[in-house]
Amino acid sequence: MPSWGEVTLAHYLVLGAILFAISMAGIFLNRRNVIIMLMAIELMLLAVNLNFIAFSRYLGDMAGQVFVFFILTIAAAESAIGLAILVLLFRNSGSIDVEKFDELKG
Amino acid sequence: MSFQSFTFYAFAAILVIAALRVVTTRNPVHAALWLVLSFFSAAGIWILLEAEFLAIALVLVYVGAVMVLFLFVVMMLDVNFEGLRQHFRSYLPVAAVVGVLVLFEMALVIIGSRVGSAVTAPPSPTGSNTSALGRLLYVEYVYPFEIAAVVLLVAIVAAIALTHRKRRAVKHQDPSRQVKVRAADRVRLVRLPSEHPPG
Repeated sequence: MPSWGEVTLAHYLVLGAILFAISMAGIFLNRRNVIIMLMAIELMLLAVNLNFIAFSRYLGDMAGQVFVFFILTIAAAESAIGLAILVLLFRNSGSIDVEKFDELKG
Repeated sequence: MSFQSFTFYAFAAILVIAALRVVTTRNPVHAALWLVLSFFSAAGIWILLEAEFLAIALVLVYVGAVMVLFLFVVMMLDVNFEGLRQHFRSYLPVAAVVGVLVLFEMALVIIGSRVGSAVTAPPSPTGSNTSALGRLLYVEYVYPFEIAAVVLLVAIVAAIALTHRKRRAVKHQDPSRQVKVRAADRVRLVRLPSEHPPG
């Protein structure tokens, strides 16, 4: 059990878990708004990065920080392409409602 | 309570509140700004974990670039956001159940195992965090680093290729056609006899 006095590894892990759960609930809450969904994905990646850095600090291994660096790179690329696709979708259909993107449905 | 734990709890509280506001706020611009706040407090926690370089990179790359991109897109698109929130309340129970379930499972793993609180932090590494990370990145992880650069390049090309559009109504020059043109295409020499004979 994490205690209140000294900050241990478990504190950071619990914080990461809370953050991940919030963003997961956020994806379900904003099931129609693609922009908020992308923001929730960014929050999820932030929670994962927090876990990586906490383990890196408490196990004394710098490799975790290198992985966070790569995750930041890929996340930036992902959000750029995701927003480009979003702009394209809005241009073609005039909406960003996920429920309306069902043209591929038979 | 030491200064370190006080700082941790302060940043953690701000982070959780900001994250909650991101997913529940009505206005996407406000959501983006709350996300900026959560990135800032996460950077504070990362500095607490002695990952200074990544904390600065988070502020520069995310707050400086990615969130500005989000704000641009939110403000560029003329979306009826009220219509998107009609079923917000009906999604609430499912979202709460999923969130609590995920949190419960993770807490079970973390608190149940002795890993969490048994590990004590090793003494802080001497020297700069940036130089240690750089040494690791440019020696041991140099190929992944190059691949990350290629991924970023591909992302640039893909984003531009996706959103670029040709406008019909706007007049523009085509440099390749300008270069290819020859004098014979533009100038026609006509031999005309003079109308009045001199004299």
